[in-house]
Amino acid sequence: MVETFACSFQATELSARDGIGSVVSKLRDLGVSEARAGEVQIALAEAVNNVVEHAYAGRTPGDVRIRCNLDNDQLWINIWDAGLPLPDNSLPPGNPADISGPIADLPEGGFGWFLIRELTSDIQYQRTNGSNELSLCFEIELKNR
Amino acid sequence: MSLSTTLTDTAQIVTVNAERIDAAMAIQFKEDMRAETEGGHDRVILDLSSVEFIDSSGLGAIVAAMKQLGGGRQLDLAGLSPMVEKVFRLTRMDTVFKLYATLDEATAADGR
Repeated sequence: MVETFACSFQATELSARDGIGSVVSKLRDLGVSEARAGEVQIALAEAVNNVVEHAYAGRTPGDVRIRCNLDNDQLWINIWDAGLPLPDNSLPPGNPADISGPIADLPEGGFGWFLIRELTSDIQYQRTNGSNELSLCFEIELKNR
Repeated sequence: MSLSTTLTDTAQIVTVNAERIDAAMAIQFKEDMRAETEGGHDRVILDLSSVEFIDSSGLGAIVAAMKQLGGGRQLDLAGLSPMVEKVFRLTRMDTVFKLYATLDEATAADGR
């Protein structure tokens, strides 16, 4: 079985929330467990937040397009935008944030790429003709199969 | 962002009346927490029982809320859903905050 579905929305925080919610609820409908759908939601939210906050930073928010391919053991989520490329045209390392210091020095950001890397089994990034394509892979066990 | 406060003898309980603390509300949350926790008990318990989802912006806002409490005061977290707990565990922030499964457990503990 391969299920493919897609959605698109404007790159604003509120539209992103609805778009991510619709993807995750579709995954649940297709038999992805609550816990796994939750993990996909965390990674997808970080990836889309990056588009909203960085790719379209300081410009009119364009569209975010998402396409999901779910087969019996893997989910690939492709995310396109027409914003700025990732720095150096490459995936950030996503190192864990340093939380060893005193409370006053704790980081308040910089967790996003670390979370994406922790929750995915593979990540691909391509910059083509002014568009970013980020692909996230998740291992999935479908229920009731 | 809707927050409400309950005072006990030893702590201030701030309840988040929202299903999510995400990028769209992180800044508001941080500001509302500042107003809500100005003065008051040294120990603040943030009741997250209604919160089903946080992203890294929400996590950052909770960290900011603890930092702005200042020295000598502490922010403990209660009622974390599995998804919220996952974000704290993955980022190792579960080693920075005291996490309690339920609000009852948080209030029963003295926080030290």
